[in-house]
Amino acid sequence: MQRVKLFLPLIVFAALGLLLWRGLSLDPKELPSALIGQPLPSFQLKELASDTPVTNSAILGAPALINVWATWCYSCRVEHPYLLELAQQGISIIGLNYKDDSVKARQWLAELGDPYRLTLADTDGTLGLDLGVYGAPETYVVDAQGVVRYRHVGVVDVRVWQEQLAKFFGVQGTPTTTASTEIASGSQP
Amino acid sequence: MMWRAGVLVVGLLMACSALAVIETYEFSNPDLEARYQRLSQELRCPKCQNQNIADSNAPIAKDLRALLHTQLETGASDEEILDFMVARYGEFVRYRPAVDSKTAVLWYAPVVLTLLGFIGLGGHLLRKSRRAQRADPSATQAQPSDDDLTRLRALLDTENAATPATVANSKE
Repeated sequence: MQRVKLFLPLIVFAALGLLLWRGLSLDPKELPSALIGQPLPSFQLKELASDTPVTNSAILGAPALINVWATWCYSCRVEHPYLLELAQQGISIIGLNYKDDSVKARQWLAELGDPYRLTLADTDGTLGLDLGVYGAPETYVVDAQGVVRYRHVGVVDVRVWQEQLAKFFGVQGTPTTTASTEIASGSQP
Repeated sequence: MMWRAGVLVVGLLMACSALAVIETYEFSNPDLEARYQRLSQELRCPKCQNQNIADSNAPIAKDLRALLHTQLETGASDEEILDFMVARYGEFVRYRPAVDSKTAVLWYAPVVLTLLGFIGLGGHLLRKSRRAQRADPSATQAQPSDDDLTRLRALLDTENAATPATVANSKE
């Protein structure tokens, strides 16, 4: 018994070390959305290009990505070519133009290409607020019933698509790195 | 002159930190303002974690401050406001998390651990004094014998006799 007691500090140290070491590999920035498993908040926004009103019904029917982007967001420019590629593969992507100047946003899509099936102009950030968006880019997975399934904060790239998003669309994330780099180099100004 | 310059420099340095959060809000009554201060200290900025929305410069923190102001002015209760924020940003936004089964450890562990510590310490001291008694039962009741006392008195007397001056001095 006395022997075991001698090793107690070492055991405590090892346990703490393990705990803290695990903490090092966790990403505190990765916050699960509070909306996982809940329906997408109801919204009434305008379509970016045509100014026609859009509500929740427009995004139902098939699983879709909702991509929060803005022209002031540098990472969105990095992410853009890969979104174009996903759109080419037939993935339904809905753009949420978050707290942005609509004129600039239209210009951006005209210049860089438009990966979005539909782009919502959230000029005041109301839907962004209801979604709990805290920056751009953020990407949500919404299923056919309009329920939020996943949230990714940051740039969507091949790895994120394959490891986290592809499964919601019932597809195997096919490695398309070469195509991605082609598009990326093509879109350089 | 140097002193004045120093004061000026220090003053200017302090002014920078005061500028960190620029916008000000008008409140219809001071009570709302107090609640605004308290809630903006308590709500955590989702973007720059480890800052509350009162301290943060992030655009989202600015939005949340504006939202907080509007909600307070429209008469929302603290609970309603916190629920609204938690519904969107998760439990994460509260620096003072609600007490539930998930946060129970967070809330009660310090109390429980402190109590356990005191219990352990008490037990340890009790065992120690018992062990000391068992080893030498006479230790606590030991009285000097008459013989010892006479020898002690004799020693003290010779000591006092040897240094009368110091004794006298110390008495004054």
